[in-house]
Amino acid sequence: MSDVSYVRTEMLPEKAPPVGQQGLIKWFRENMFSSIPNSILSILAIWAIYAVLSHILPWVFQSSWNASSLTECRANIVAEYGEGATGACWAVVNERFPQLIYGFYPQELRWRLDLAFVGMLVALAPVLFDKLPKKMLWFTAVYPFLAFWLLWGGSIWLPVSIIAGFVLGVVAFKVIGKMFGSLAGMVSVAFVPIIWWLLFAGGAADIAQSIIPLSIQSVPSSQFGGLSLSIIIGVTGIAFSLPIGIVLALGRQSDLMIVKVLCVGFIEFIRGVPLITLLFVASTLLNYFMPPGTNFDIILRVIIMVTLFSAAYMAEVIRGGLAALPKGQYEGADSLGLDFWQATRLVIMPQALKISIPNIVSSFIGLFKDTTLVSIIGLLDPLGLSTNIRADQNWNGIIWELYGFVAVMFFIFCFSMSRYSMYLERKLQTGH
Amino acid sequence: MSATAEPEKGGFRLSQLIYDTRYRSMTIQIIALIGFLLSVGWLIRNAGQNLAELGKPLGFGFLTEQAGYDINQRLIEYNSQMTHGRAAVIGLLNTLLVAFLGCITATVIGVSIGVLRLSKNWIVSRLMTLYIEMFRNVPVLLWIIITMAIFIEVFPQPRDFRGEDAIATMKLFDSIAITNRGILIPALAYGPGIVLVFITFVLSLIGIVFFRRYAKKLQEETGKILPSGLISTGIFFVPTLVVFFAATMINLNKEHVVFGAKTLTLNADNSISADSGIRFCDTGGAGNVNAKNLMRANGIKFKSVPSYDLADSLTRMSSGNTRTGCDIATVPSGTALPEGLFVSEGISLYSGRPIELEKPYLSGFNFTDGVLMRNSLIALWFALSLYTAAFIAETVRSGIQAVSKGQTEAAGALGLRPGRITSLVVLPQALRVIIPPMISQYLNLTKNSSLAIAVGYMDITGTLGGITLNQTGREMESLIILMAIYLAISLTISTIMNQYNERVKLRER
Repeated sequence: MSDVSYVRTEMLPEKAPPVGQQGLIKWFRENMFSSIPNSILSILAIWAIYAVLSHILPWVFQSSWNASSLTECRANIVAEYGEGATGACWAVVNERFPQLIYGFYPQELRWRLDLAFVGMLVALAPVLFDKLPKKMLWFTAVYPFLAFWLLWGGSIWLPVSIIAGFVLGVVAFKVIGKMFGSLAGMVSVAFVPIIWWLLFAGGAADIAQSIIPLSIQSVPSSQFGGLSLSIIIGVTGIAFSLPIGIVLALGRQSDLMIVKVLCVGFIEFIRGVPLITLLFVASTLLNYFMPPGTNFDIILRVIIMVTLFSAAYMAEVIRGGLAALPKGQYEGADSLGLDFWQATRLVIMPQALKISIPNIVSSFIGLFKDTTLVSIIGLLDPLGLSTNIRADQNWNGIIWELYGFVAVMFFIFCFSMSRYSMYLERKLQTGH
Repeated sequence: MSATAEPEKGGFRLSQLIYDTRYRSMTIQIIALIGFLLSVGWLIRNAGQNLAELGKPLGFGFLTEQAGYDINQRLIEYNSQMTHGRAAVIGLLNTLLVAFLGCITATVIGVSIGVLRLSKNWIVSRLMTLYIEMFRNVPVLLWIIITMAIFIEVFPQPRDFRGEDAIATMKLFDSIAITNRGILIPALAYGPGIVLVFITFVLSLIGIVFFRRYAKKLQEETGKILPSGLISTGIFFVPTLVVFFAATMINLNKEHVVFGAKTLTLNADNSISADSGIRFCDTGGAGNVNAKNLMRANGIKFKSVPSYDLADSLTRMSSGNTRTGCDIATVPSGTALPEGLFVSEGISLYSGRPIELEKPYLSGFNFTDGVLMRNSLIALWFALSLYTAAFIAETVRSGIQAVSKGQTEAAGALGLRPGRITSLVVLPQALRVIIPPMISQYLNLTKNSSLAIAVGYMDITGTLGGITLNQTGREMESLIILMAIYLAISLTISTIMNQYNERVKLRER
């Protein structure tokens, strides 16, 4: 017998993996060069990236930021980077930045736009992030009127008397509802404010103004423009299209024949025509439908049309959410003895809206992008202003810098909206 | 004993309309209807009053008035003497054209990008994500304008193609010229035998259908799988190509062949690239005799042809030409043709092919021949396709991801190969998820084509909703027709696509 053991008694130390199977090399092999077609694709992709960047980067960075005309700007670039150098004339963005943001809003009043924007952020905050105190929602409710007053100026009593209409509605609901039952209360909610706005609001505002004159310089709509105009149209459209969309979606799902037909007809009509035709209606036709002699503001007309347009899409999105809800939820709500509005408010809508969040946000993004269409009917949004600036003698011939800047602006807004929707989806995720 | 609440018999009280749930919904609906009708009536009354005040009562007579404006992009005959109605039809056709082209390219690009985005290749999938985010988050109008600007600013002018040291060259064997006025592509010219080629092509398409049926039947009965893709491709190409070349041979050997008048385009060294017949049909002109002599001196042989076909002779005679014959030279490939040949009239290149590409060529400062695809069309088409493709890509991606991994694995366990797994298991299931949102993307593309107005492409919004509206001042009527047309297009597309969706939908038991 020998004491030679053929069985190893101690463990060998771990060997390092082969060079090709670790670190960066492994990653490259797995993710970019795993097979021949994959390698070809990778090489093509790298080549494409190089081809694009090698043209764009020098152009972006060999630039001139300070000049008052295109010729001066090009001369600057040649002076700095040598004969034959071409680069971006960011000077145009630098010089016209205020215009691209504020349009032709009077310079000394621009703080009002800034204030309205900050106010918007404050008003949106409690809606977007639920950790903030709920009391802030009061500011959100008042904000639209405040913003209207800040932006267009004039007497403060006009927005106040419009708010008064809502207050009257609530009071009427409380008082009449107590006296004659809830149905009468509902009817009075619909009628009292409308009667107030149509017959008394204007007069009351005038009287209040004559007693206590409180007004700031008014700014006509023709001076609005730039990104601020896009934001005004977009945000107003978004804010109003959601509730209208919810009502339309409920109407479409309703058992009430006539209501359903009206809602379906409206939704399908709006969704069947391009926004630009609706904007043409806003710019040329809407005044025809008003009593002779009325001539109301172009931005208001555009906002109405954009809101209606967006509401129809929103209705479809929410209908999708409603349809995705299991039937048991409706039945469960019924079995708890909730009436239609209670069930809708407490059980159905919170879930349906949650399901529809990604689509609601993408239709918001769509609406915000669609605000550029107003340049076709002559409003000076960033695109319309770009055309204006290009027609200017000093900047005649400038293209990429302006459009690039506008594109980046829109990208930042839309991209952050889509990221926010992802955050919201994750936050509201209650499943497993 | 159970006490059943008997419904109160007796008179119907008015308050039941509100408090009795049997009637309440009806009451609400009727009030809503009355409210709706009242407001519509009010709007219409206002409109009537306003229009009457302006002295333009509602009427569609303006459609038969003379339009008086030109449309450069048109699919059917149109000139400025024609009516506004005709202009609207041209616009409608243009809308349909760009929508059709756009839907096809957007689908192709979108599907490729959606699939590539799911690729395991890190850099490719990142690149595709970048593409999608870039296009989805910037307004389509901006993309259209930027594309148009690229066409106008980046691409060379036609005169840049001139001269020895031209800045720009034509692409793809000198057949496509990309200029800042548009892209010139070869036009199609037809020769004798085209009907035969066309019939063969149609027949082979029918043949493919029948072959596929046969292959399916064979597989179901015997389990034998034919290489149907390969055979279908064969049937698609081979018979048509055979007929095509046979017709070419016959045409070249035929003695009196008349081909559409064409101008010979030469390579840089004055030679021609393919064997060609050259036809001389006018012996009267001194230039021609000259050219012929020159060619003879270069060793090109001529064959005398007694006459043309009847129609051609008649046209020639009516223009005072008494010639009866025609000479055809067969020129081998690579032959250098003499200078001065092209100043003479009546010379045409004859290749004998039933279908001939008529390449655009530079004459003076611009291109002639070929088909000019205008910038406005191309820019709109490109921008709409690229923009919509980003959305389609997302649709495709989510559709493919919606098919659970178990399906792929189960198919693999059954022994299917990857190609068949995709076509038989994954795709049919993914399509069900993909198609409904795809329909709305097609609708969006069609509606977005109305932004043509930004690049001056004369679609229906540009004609009826643009120039016609401004010239006649008939806002109400123009916009009513415009909206009705868009509504009709949208409803048609969604009906067709919904039917297709019904067909591929999951059949549930």
